[in-house]
Amino acid sequence: MSGLDPTIGHPSSGASCARSRHEHGHALPILHEIRHALERLLASGEETRIDLHSMPFGPGDLERLTAVLGSGEVQARVEALGPTLIQETAIPGVWLVDYRGLEDQRLSYQIEIAAIPEILRPRPEDLAESLGALEDRLSESGLDAAAPNASPPSS
Amino acid sequence: MRKRSDKTLGESLRDHGLSRRGFLKLCAATASLMALPPSMAPAIAAALEQARRPSVIWLSFQECTGCTESLTRAHAPTLEDLIFDFISLDYHHTLQAASGEAAEEARLQAMEENKGRYLVIVDGSIPGPDANPGFSTVAGHSNYSILMETVEHAAAVIAVGTCAAFGGLPQARPNPTGAMSVMDLVRDKPVINVPGCPPIPMVITGVVAHYLVFGRLPELDGYGRPLAFYGQSIHDRCYRRPFYDKGLFAESFDDEGAKLGWCLYRLGCKGPTTYNACATMKWNDGASWPVEAGHPCLGCSEPKFWDAGGFYEPVSVPLTLGPGTLLGAGVVGAVAGGGLATLARKQRKEEAGTRQPVTVDELEQKL
Amino acid sequence: MSGSMEFLLWTKGPLFDIALAIFAIGLMARLVEIFMLGRAHNYAEPRAHEWPAGLRTMLTRTIADPGTFKRAPFNVVVGWIWHIGFLTALLFFVPHVELIRSVLGFAWPALPNPLVDFATAITILALIATLVHRLTHPVKRHISTVEDYLVWAVVFMVVLTGYLAYHRLVEPYPLALGMHILSAEILLVILPFTKLTHIFTAFIARWYNGAAFGRKGVQS
Repeated sequence: MSGLDPTIGHPSSGASCARSRHEHGHALPILHEIRHALERLLASGEETRIDLHSMPFGPGDLERLTAVLGSGEVQARVEALGPTLIQETAIPGVWLVDYRGLEDQRLSYQIEIAAIPEILRPRPEDLAESLGALEDRLSESGLDAAAPNASPPSS
Repeated sequence: MRKRSDKTLGESLRDHGLSRRGFLKLCAATASLMALPPSMAPAIAAALEQARRPSVIWLSFQECTGCTESLTRAHAPTLEDLIFDFISLDYHHTLQAASGEAAEEARLQAMEENKGRYLVIVDGSIPGPDANPGFSTVAGHSNYSILMETVEHAAAVIAVGTCAAFGGLPQARPNPTGAMSVMDLVRDKPVINVPGCPPIPMVITGVVAHYLVFGRLPELDGYGRPLAFYGQSIHDRCYRRPFYDKGLFAESFDDEGAKLGWCLYRLGCKGPTTYNACATMKWNDGASWPVEAGHPCLGCSEPKFWDAGGFYEPVSVPLTLGPGTLLGAGVVGAVAGGGLATLARKQRKEEAGTRQPVTVDELEQKL
Repeated sequence: MSGSMEFLLWTKGPLFDIALAIFAIGLMARLVEIFMLGRAHNYAEPRAHEWPAGLRTMLTRTIADPGTFKRAPFNVVVGWIWHIGFLTALLFFVPHVELIRSVLGFAWPALPNPLVDFATAITILALIATLVHRLTHPVKRHISTVEDYLVWAVVFMVVLTGYLAYHRLVEPYPLALGMHILSAEILLVILPFTKLTHIFTAFIARWYNGAAFGRKGVQS
């Protein structure tokens, strides 16, 4: 199959042959789940996380799902125990959160239905220490005037 | 490797410079790993914060090291995370630096220092107490005696791989080494089976993580397998299931159905009778899994999978029966039927020969 | 160590061999006996050929005549429904076709699962209806024997366990499948020794009847 196509240089597996053409229909139930989660978010503010890693997706299902969700304006990256990539979808309040390990391998891939993804918010314990952190950095810098050019992360 | 401290996991992780966001992320990954809903992450965080790293002794018996190979490819968390942060792996033939006397000393020391609290992980089957111990020994001791000695003061035993869990390949007929599973031999300790040939790496680490997070063993099925990973069959979670339901099957490995990714039932898929997490957790960093690659499930996480019929025979096909049996039985039946008929005819002839005719007059006289 | 997988392998292995052997021996013994006993020789000159009449009767007796239908519409309609449903599931379900291929060495195409599933559901309902009818109809009840109820129960169990296994309503699945195979094996074992033999003898009997009548030149 792939051998007949001169534009494809690398050999492709049988699975990736199937990837492009066939629809397995497993994206639709997740989209319905997102709809219900959005309704709950709007009604009561309840947040929902859906672990895409545990879904019995076939080839192409995940791509189909993310294609329907589209991409929105916000992209963020958290550096903690490897990168975490956050992408807003075209639907406000629906986020794709891609947790990656130190070697950039995917640890978990989740859809978060929330105003803002949990991992972007400062931890309450960190927030409680934030004033102290600022004072420390201020005294370290030797400036006495308020010049907030320091970045928040840890010591 | 011999790092042993009384710090909680949370403290130890922060000593490694892990931020609170990083810890939250670890918990999200752990929830995913344990097949728990993401909403469990905060509870996991609270538990892991307080958890203490258990001492783990890994015993390798009649095995191929495939299970260790699998574990060293666990990607969430990485093996480094697991060994250095989640557990204290105090003995493992293949991975430990020490060798000879020092290696065995490490095992005995870990057992002494963590009496009643350490975990024993076993991969490989064990020649039973009645078998020739010479089939498999470590440092001159039989597998059986090492297992029994090590398990005596363990908190629990995790049998990793189908060989340790069910006997696996060594136990396949005719079982030349008298191989037995851990649960055949260890009766007075909790045994968790993590079968598979090899098991999914994340399932191995997930079980250890569960023990850490909840401080107890996970919920098990009838075969001692954690329900979180073995609660559903391959078939029930297979992305090709809709094709089974529609009756669309690949008939050979190269036909149009195979190319279109249809159900592999007719090619011998054991997915309907096999309980494992391959369909969701997949292999090689979630890249793919056997059915996605176009090969039927072999049923490697089930007892006796090696003797449970041909890998390319559908589940419904009987194990030993063939046309010969049917023909043979038919012939026997035909001969029996012929004999019965001949007997009946003979009897009828005899009766005809000795029949006493009765006349109407005789009958009237009797009345 | 005993579990559902061992149970399944036991039903698929030694038990299946035994059941099929009993079935084949029993059935062949009965059929050969029937054929060898035959009929008493008829010395009268035949008025017509036996074969066309015999074959015709095999067909005409299969379809109920209007009189019978009027007298017992339930028996005819429900009987037809469940027999067709049962045969559809038995002969055209993919796993069964694969089983037949492995035992006989050849097989035929299967039907899509939803069709077989529908046929099975209908069969279960029809079988329940036949039992209710048997228990409530005074005449039927009077003439029913233990064998009738035994045969009903075994047939019903085969269909029900098959339905439960297909829909995975019993966990774990190897147990469900093992129960289905075990039920089928009980059916195979009792088949040659109960009225279930009619699966193989009904058409033979019809041919005999038709042939006998045909020889005499009368309609049947």
